[in-house]
Amino acid sequence: MKILILGAGQVGSSAAEHLSREDSNDVTVVDTRTDILRELQDRLDIRTISGHASHPDVLKRAGAEDTDIVIALTDSDETNMLACQISSTIFNIETKVARIRSAAYMRTEELFNLEAIPVDFCLSPEQLVCDHIEQLIHYPGALQVLNFANGEVCLVAAKVNKDGSLVGQKISALKEHIPNTEGRIAAIYRDGQSLQPEGDTIIRSGDEVFFIAAKKDIRAFMSEMRKIDSPVRRVLIAGGGHIGVRLASALEDTNHVKIIERNPERAKIISEQLNKAIVLVGDAADEELLLEEDIDDVDIFCALTNAEEANILSAMLAKRMGASKVMALINRPTYADLVEAGTIDIAVSPKQITIGSLLAYVRGGDVVKVHSLRRGAAEAIEAIAHGSNKNSPVVGKKIEDIDLPHGCSIVTIVRGEEVIMAHHDTVIEQDDHVILFLTDRRNIVHLEKLFPKDID
Amino acid sequence: MNWQVIQRIVGLLLMMFSITMLPPIIISLLYEDNAWASFLFGFFLTIFSGLIIWLPARHSGNELRLRDGFLVVALFWVVLGIFGASPLYFSSQPNMSLTDAIFESMSGLTTTGATVLTGLDFLPKSILYYRQQLQWLGGMGIIVLAVAVLPMLGIGGMQLYRAETPGPIKDNKLTPRITETAKALWYVYLIFTILCACGYYLAGMNTFDAICHAFSTVAIGGFSTHDLSIGYFNNTAIELIGIFFMFAAGINFSLHFFTWRNKSFIHYFSDHEFKAYLKIILSISAFVVISLLLSDHLDNKNIPITGIFHAVSIATTTGFTTTDFANWPGALPIVLILASFIGGSAGSTAGGIKVIRFLLIYKQGVREIKRLVHPNAEIPVKLGNNAVSYRIVDAVWGFFSIYLIIFGFMLIAMMMVGLDQVTAFSAVAATLNNLGPGLGEVANGFMSMPNSAKWIAIVGMLLGRLEIFTLLVLFTPTFWRH
Repeated sequence: MKILILGAGQVGSSAAEHLSREDSNDVTVVDTRTDILRELQDRLDIRTISGHASHPDVLKRAGAEDTDIVIALTDSDETNMLACQISSTIFNIETKVARIRSAAYMRTEELFNLEAIPVDFCLSPEQLVCDHIEQLIHYPGALQVLNFANGEVCLVAAKVNKDGSLVGQKISALKEHIPNTEGRIAAIYRDGQSLQPEGDTIIRSGDEVFFIAAKKDIRAFMSEMRKIDSPVRRVLIAGGGHIGVRLASALEDTNHVKIIERNPERAKIISEQLNKAIVLVGDAADEELLLEEDIDDVDIFCALTNAEEANILSAMLAKRMGASKVMALINRPTYADLVEAGTIDIAVSPKQITIGSLLAYVRGGDVVKVHSLRRGAAEAIEAIAHGSNKNSPVVGKKIEDIDLPHGCSIVTIVRGEEVIMAHHDTVIEQDDHVILFLTDRRNIVHLEKLFPKDID
Repeated sequence: MNWQVIQRIVGLLLMMFSITMLPPIIISLLYEDNAWASFLFGFFLTIFSGLIIWLPARHSGNELRLRDGFLVVALFWVVLGIFGASPLYFSSQPNMSLTDAIFESMSGLTTTGATVLTGLDFLPKSILYYRQQLQWLGGMGIIVLAVAVLPMLGIGGMQLYRAETPGPIKDNKLTPRITETAKALWYVYLIFTILCACGYYLAGMNTFDAICHAFSTVAIGGFSTHDLSIGYFNNTAIELIGIFFMFAAGINFSLHFFTWRNKSFIHYFSDHEFKAYLKIILSISAFVVISLLLSDHLDNKNIPITGIFHAVSIATTTGFTTTDFANWPGALPIVLILASFIGGSAGSTAGGIKVIRFLLIYKQGVREIKRLVHPNAEIPVKLGNNAVSYRIVDAVWGFFSIYLIIFGFMLIAMMMVGLDQVTAFSAVAATLNNLGPGLGEVANGFMSMPNSAKWIAIVGMLLGRLEIFTLLVLFTPTFWRH
């Protein structure tokens, strides 16, 4: 597929990295900053064009005429929308994805259609990150909570600790512990290596477990893995940027929220936007301020500024001063690996979260959702099975008979309202939503062929 | 430094290169010239050496760093020059010393076209074909070919591609994937070769000569299968075809690619390097033709064609001749040799410093003059409507100064081993610019030179083909420091 990415910022360059890793994609990146482009081209097998992303001549130079999908990820909403408009009107590009930050645009749904602004999919990294954090706060103890089938089913990643009731026991014991639930362990990572979970695999403390369950059963499963943390009441947010403010306004009605912003003018603006949350002016790494605001009583401390180093430091400080749990926004995978095992409980990567929802649009098959796991090493995919017994590679077949690529397993099937945990003899029917877990991303093309968009 | 990967790739490339010794065997059997054994021997030597290098490292990863790229390219060209010499060395006719064989092989691969052989017309056909084929492979670059056909070079291929392609601006890929870019370049190259061979054939060459000369014309090489070079044919049509294809091969191949893909010639005339190249070739041709007409040195009826042929041949660094241009009157020989310093366009198969660099240097000179008039003005160096980044301008100056310094050192070295001034000057120009023929004693080839001069020439050819930096960077302490 020929892909045109506009903007080589954080999101743009990691999208280019992810997409160019798949052999079937031809990626071109457009940006005005030549030094960033040069660095990117040294690292990846892509073409780069320097120029303004919404200028028709630049798009033409970037090969827009025979591009299949344009992804506008510059930091200006207006440039992104205009680029999509031009891609559609002049170059007839089929799929257009735009990053839209401002909530004001997102609220007016009639704006994004072929007659007005032709954007097929609006991507709002800030909103995605905010939703992600909100869910982590809602399910304390989870490292990642991912929704499938409109939120009916969730894939949860959790670290096993010694208080979990399943620790030291076989997976098959799960059925006896919590009899009336449907759920399944999809993958286990032990010391960074993926294990194929079998009935007699023994869960150990320190394992990172991915389990999939209906929404109502998540807490029950969670208690198998670790001691359930008490619900979060007091939230302290460091950084009053886009993400911090969105999170504060999402939580302020149910929780006790404080938000620290360094810049007094910005603090004034956000204090007008928020109703119940308390806006504090100051430095998130200031001991006095944290002490004054009873940091030792805080249930969760979220460091959400743009500077990841500052996030790490302030989160570590908050932890030492008694916050029961700390979370930091960290984009660099190496940083996340460094700190997540130690003092910082949860590292949230905006890059990964955004990429996941972008990938679903770029994939060849009929893929509803893609979630990137383990910093891009694994993926959880929700795809729709089309066709009939005769012409589909999956419909009407038992799971054990499907030719799945290596490192890939079918975990769950959602049929209408019903959630079915996959067994080796489960038969896939037409229009089932199939949730797959993929530990080796190189096999993605093979997987796309199993779930084609439409069958003739 | 990732030695395992370097070893694996060099071994792989060597095995690939060994295949190119098979066509001469077919030619040899076809013409029954009894030279096939030396090619077979060369083939086995190369493939087994490649295998021995590759085997221990075959499981190494794919990651090729920037610095590894330089080393692979430089190492491979040296290794290639040596292994490429093997059939020439083993063959009983011509009976060549090791130095001569390596000189001939390197001169072929770097598309220089200087030779140490005489009596070409009586040599085995397969040997003649093999020399032309070496030039053809070296023209677009054998590593670019490898990037196109070996998918495992996809990662890190850009590093190799950049280290081998000439020109100051190398980030412009034709297609997003480097493999596709390399393929596109080779397709264009192949099409030109076929067209050129057809042209020569129709103009009166036999099939063998047509293919052989097409190889060395499109590669801007200059090897011929006859001692008299193109002059042997004494055919105006052949000279005209030669002029056209030498000129075309001196143009940036990405322009050809876009013209072909978009079916429009506008690309040529919107490119500033092409316009400068055209003007340079036209003015040198005009100068040569007018000087020849005024001097009545040649009593040949075709003075304009002869003049233009030599102007294009020498200015693009091809090195074909139809007469003995070294004895032309006045400043003509030295003008032609100096023209070879400019050479062809970046991204073409030509040698020399490249038109784009001269254009940028010239524009900077103009800027300095403007600054004298308007001391406070901010004047960017522009190509058309686009300002050229300071990095590129700096790189051009760096390249230019190193080129001159290297030239000076090589000139001194040549004179120290006993060459007279004119011969030494033109010998260095002929090799460093990948031109081929020189003046004085090297007007017809390097056969009378001492071995030491041949080795200096070999180094010069390699430096010229890899545009100095790729090779020179290996001799700096910073490259090896961790």
